[in-house]
Amino acid sequence: MAILARTQQKPGKEPITFGDTFKQMRKQWSAYLSLSPWFILFSIFTLFSVSFSFYISFREWNILEPAKPFVGLENYIHLFKDEKFFQSLWNTILFTGFGVPLGMASGLLIALLLNTKVRGQGLFRTFYYIPVITPLVVSSVIWKWIYQGDYGLLNYYLLRLGIIKEKLLWLADPDLAMPALIIMGVWMGTGGIMVMYLAGLQSIPEELYDAAKVDGANGFQRMLFVTVPLLSPTTFYVLITSIIGSFQAFAHIYIMTNGGPLGRTTVVGYYIYQKGFRHFEMGYASAMAYILFALILIFTIIQMKYIKGDIQY
Amino acid sequence: MAVTTQEKEITSVRPVSRVDLGEILSRLGKFLVYLTLVIGVILFTAPWVWMVSASFQPLGDMFNWPPTWWPENFTIDNYHDFLEAAGLGRWFLNSAFIAISVVVLQLFFNSLAAYTFAKRRFPGRDAIFVFMLGTLMIPGVVFLIPNYLILQHIPFFGGNNLLGQGGHGWLDSYWGLILPASVSVWGIFFFRQYMKSIPDDLIDAARMDGASEFRIYWQVALPLSGPAIAFNAISTFTWNWNDFFWPLLVISSEKLKTVQLGLALYFVKNRTAWDDVMAGSVLATLPVLLIFLIFQRYFIRGIALTGMK
Repeated sequence: MAILARTQQKPGKEPITFGDTFKQMRKQWSAYLSLSPWFILFSIFTLFSVSFSFYISFREWNILEPAKPFVGLENYIHLFKDEKFFQSLWNTILFTGFGVPLGMASGLLIALLLNTKVRGQGLFRTFYYIPVITPLVVSSVIWKWIYQGDYGLLNYYLLRLGIIKEKLLWLADPDLAMPALIIMGVWMGTGGIMVMYLAGLQSIPEELYDAAKVDGANGFQRMLFVTVPLLSPTTFYVLITSIIGSFQAFAHIYIMTNGGPLGRTTVVGYYIYQKGFRHFEMGYASAMAYILFALILIFTIIQMKYIKGDIQY
Repeated sequence: MAVTTQEKEITSVRPVSRVDLGEILSRLGKFLVYLTLVIGVILFTAPWVWMVSASFQPLGDMFNWPPTWWPENFTIDNYHDFLEAAGLGRWFLNSAFIAISVVVLQLFFNSLAAYTFAKRRFPGRDAIFVFMLGTLMIPGVVFLIPNYLILQHIPFFGGNNLLGQGGHGWLDSYWGLILPASVSVWGIFFFRQYMKSIPDDLIDAARMDGASEFRIYWQVALPLSGPAIAFNAISTFTWNWNDFFWPLLVISSEKLKTVQLGLALYFVKNRTAWDDVMAGSVLATLPVLLIFLIFQRYFIRGIALTGMK
């Protein structure tokens, strides 16, 4: 089979010289042709786009003004003096730092419970997943109502249960707005995380559990020493995608809080939107986007280095 | 339950009673599992159930305290009012047209590129693939401003000249919403993972018969990729139907608004028209919900596949 697969390329021989490579490229021209629709769009909307953004970040770029003067590092220097930028960065860290672990914990918990061969697994899964496919705009409308001060559902039930003494203005209170958005984020994200964990759980071979049972491990030990380590690739994947998703948070902030109160829910993505498309400071906004990019890059590299030795396949 | 335990304790020796204690514990465990799951389901579906219920209540009833979960004065006026006040029909058509176009283009472009990456050998293949995946790390906000400006300066469109000056290009047009979304790195990656599992023997047999690579892709690889096609189609449709941010930036004229953009702007403008907005929300969710419920088997399986390496 391996030989068959290479009949076209002469068995076992990789092209060594430039001439060989070039010959191969000519022979396989249609491969490049099939990649071209993707590559053209990719070149424009990804490669050129990223470089263009970098270029803009060194200019004062107002879409309404014809002159876009070069300002060197001014945008970046200005950033480090911008308290609102640091506030938005802090808000993003809070939103991600609480939202992602909470979402992952609840997603994992539900997946573990569903994986104990409960009846109606499919039905449970569907219910937990519905928030994920609900349009963000719609979720924002619903939660805006839930968090209402006077008639909101949350206040009613918290009062009934005696958890709070008086009605809270969830979205208007500077100290409560961010927690409110985090809770809503967990509601939206849990279903997706649950499904990924379920897939990870189902790929763990049954024999491992049997072996652990024979060795006398109890249920808790089996979970700690079999399930958790074997789920680490899933955890890694879920963590990365959740963080990326969390950094993109925008629609519900736009609809529910407009970044307020007192800028407490202005995350970086929203601040970039405000600067770029409301104040038309596109150069400044691009510089901000690049700083965010750099931070994510550093974070991902650290994570990869740190977790690499830990993953067991 | 309790009776049998006692009986056994009387009649038999210790080990049996220990087994029964274990059984009680495991039943208790099962009960707790179901209890947690059911409470969770109630918490997760309540917001959603409330939306549906509220959409059938007159505005006054929505403000009831305690909240009414089952509409006391059932009405469909909210739907009526929303349809009349907003251009919902047009929004629906726009969203459907955009989402379906993106789905069709993505299915073709993604699967073709994926086949090439999965089943063909050519210089630079792995390097290009790794490079492509690497760009996934770039956060989306980096693209907002440059892509907006790129769309604005597409030559010969929207009143632009050869150099892309003078008009609005692809801004405020279907083009601007469809083309940038018409190929996806995630989609290619996912398709490739799936197509890798197609046996090489099949592909090679077709090659021996002298079929062109495009024919093999079209007549062998694609028909064998049903679940991948389904997943790509459903998730792309859902994503584009639900998208709000990009339409918010790109679209400015009334007749090009999508459902999500229309609903959001209607809500921002009429903050107190909760009744109509709830009805609009139900309508805006319905298509994706139906598609999800019908195809969820593919959906769940597909998500499971993306999580594996």
